[in-house]
Amino acid sequence: MSIDAQTASMLNADDIRDIKAEMAHYPDKAAAAVEALKIVQRRQGWVSDAALTAVASLLDVSTAQLEAVATFYNLIYRQPVGETVIHYCSSVTCWMLGADDLRERLCRHLNARPGQISPDGRYTLLPIACLGACDQAPALMVGERLVTGVGAETAVTEILGEQS
Amino acid sequence: MDAAAKPLTRNILPDRDYATLADYERSGGYQGLRRAVSELSPQAVQQQVSDAGLRGRGGAGFATGLKWSFVPTGEDAPKIRFMIANADEMEPGTFKDRLLMEKDPHQLLEGLIIAGYAIQATQAYIFLRGEYHLAARRLNQALLEARAGGYLGRHILGSNFSLDIHLHAGAGRYICGEETALINALEGKRANPRAKPPFPQVSGLWGKPTVVNNVETLCNIPHILHYGSAWYQSLGRGADKGTKLFGASGRVRRPGVWELPMGTPVREILEDHAGGMIPGYALRGFLPGGASTDFLLPEHLDVVMDYDAVSKAGSRLGTGTMIVLDDKTCPVRMVLNLQQFFAGESCGWCTPCRDGLPWVVVLLQAIIGGQGRSEDLDTLTDLVRMMAPGNTFCALAPGAMEPLQSALKFFRADFEAYITGKTPPLEQADEYY
Ligand SMILES: Cc1cc2nc3c(=O)[nH]c(=O)nc-3n(C[C@H](O)[C@H](O)[C@H](O)COP(=O)(O)O)c2cc1C
Ligand code: SF4
Repeated sequence: MSIDAQTASMLNADDIRDIKAEMAHYPDKAAAAVEALKIVQRRQGWVSDAALTAVASLLDVSTAQLEAVATFYNLIYRQPVGETVIHYCSSVTCWMLGADDLRERLCRHLNARPGQISPDGRYTLLPIACLGACDQAPALMVGERLVTGVGAETAVTEILGEQS
Repeated sequence: MDAAAKPLTRNILPDRDYATLADYERSGGYQGLRRAVSELSPQAVQQQVSDAGLRGRGGAGFATGLKWSFVPTGEDAPKIRFMIANADEMEPGTFKDRLLMEKDPHQLLEGLIIAGYAIQATQAYIFLRGEYHLAARRLNQALLEARAGGYLGRHILGSNFSLDIHLHAGAGRYICGEETALINALEGKRANPRAKPPFPQVSGLWGKPTVVNNVETLCNIPHILHYGSAWYQSLGRGADKGTKLFGASGRVRRPGVWELPMGTPVREILEDHAGGMIPGYALRGFLPGGASTDFLLPEHLDVVMDYDAVSKAGSRLGTGTMIVLDDKTCPVRMVLNLQQFFAGESCGWCTPCRDGLPWVVVLLQAIIGGQGRSEDLDTLTDLVRMMAPGNTFCALAPGAMEPLQSALKFFRADFEAYITGKTPPLEQADEYY
């Protein structure tokens, strides 16, 4: 398969349009790398090898260069994750105020350890560095939603925004 | 504005979600920019910021006007220059820039535009950490408003100065906050720091002169231009000028962030503003300016939050947001949590940091797990020395050593209690940090 054909098969027209719009903001296309990976991830959930190769050719960088970028970041997933990623803050203030308990409660509810996909495919739980909400610790992010002040009394279903 | 004013947070009101452009303009917003582009030369703007005595709020306290003055000017100077707002805020325990961006996004934009004018930038970027989704939405909205209002884009407020700002969101990595790593990240490269010199002011983004300033630093600029440097100087209580966002987290009654004059004593912040410790807990120590600052003790409560005063006490002002250690939290485990963060966030470029930080983690885990030997404390001290300033490629590892070295000094008995078996070992020191 030619590179172009591969690009076409991995990225849909919307992805390509969005990535090109990002590239236009910079004198060098490569600067759109992270945003391009996020665009792919938004639709596909994670960044597969094939998607990575397709994005690299669009950005005119080597696959190795893009791989070095993709593997560097906490928010780019190079393996499949659940539909929603839960990032619980594991940094110092949240740790002090109960992040470990929160993690264990989430694990029990999801029936998965950090990094795994819950059996229903809906969630992956991951640790994340300080979310800048230390005055309302412990904090976590459910998808893009910041949830703060989750003490032992806050039900997991409430944290996840699920009907209990 | 009177001298007791809180310029940075004047638009942050309990009953208001965030300040719109209209709110911002009503509070005197964009007057500083108007004055800069219509009345002052770029050099005069730099001079005014220097006279005000503003020092960078990103952690190092470098004089802002002086930093700008290193950008080459004149006929032969490169025509393309970049101005960047560092909005990567990832230092554990730090939660001030998020507030400024979410609640009053135009204040950052105005500061960034004025800074851009001062160095005659041709393009500006905000490098925002990827986790700050709400801040991203508010800033993008504010950018649209600012363009429509003539504050951004071609011929700003009818002047000869043109500038646009693009919001660049990252994907989460602490090292991206280090200014040369940030530049690599923005270029779409792996975010390892660059060698200095050349300094970014001479050769930064795509090899062009570039200034990187912290969000809070930039938020001070509009007020300095609007109300003048003498007024700004009058805001400080001690040696340093202006106000600053100070914060406290941990087991205090009212964790939070407050705008207070530079030079406010720690005691006032922890006792009056944070309300003291939660009943049943006592203060054991605190990190005055985020995770990469040395511990201070209750005996340091009367130290004032000025750059030099905190240094003299043995730590750093850092980001000004304090992490409080209470008497029921084990300092050794707290240090382990910090070191796990730093080890995980090391970019891996230089050996002392890439190998040293995980070694620190292993030793601390062994100590806490009951397998520690007394030599381990010497090894930790050696590792502190190995990662001292100057021995690593950037300041991440030396910063990581600050809480460790001060904990070894102040809380040595707690380390030894694990080693001698006085403190029962923890089954498993946590693998998820
Ligand atoms: C590991 C590391 C992380 C940093 N993270 C940040 C950050 O998130 N935000 C920030 O403004 N400065 C950060 N800095 C400091 C920057 O390198 C730089 O000094 C700062 O942005 C300069 O801005 P200022 O002069 O306005 O203070 C970091 C430094 C290091 C070594
Ligand atoms: S000190 Fe650590 S973070 Fe800095 S360059 Fe070296 S390995 Fe990277």
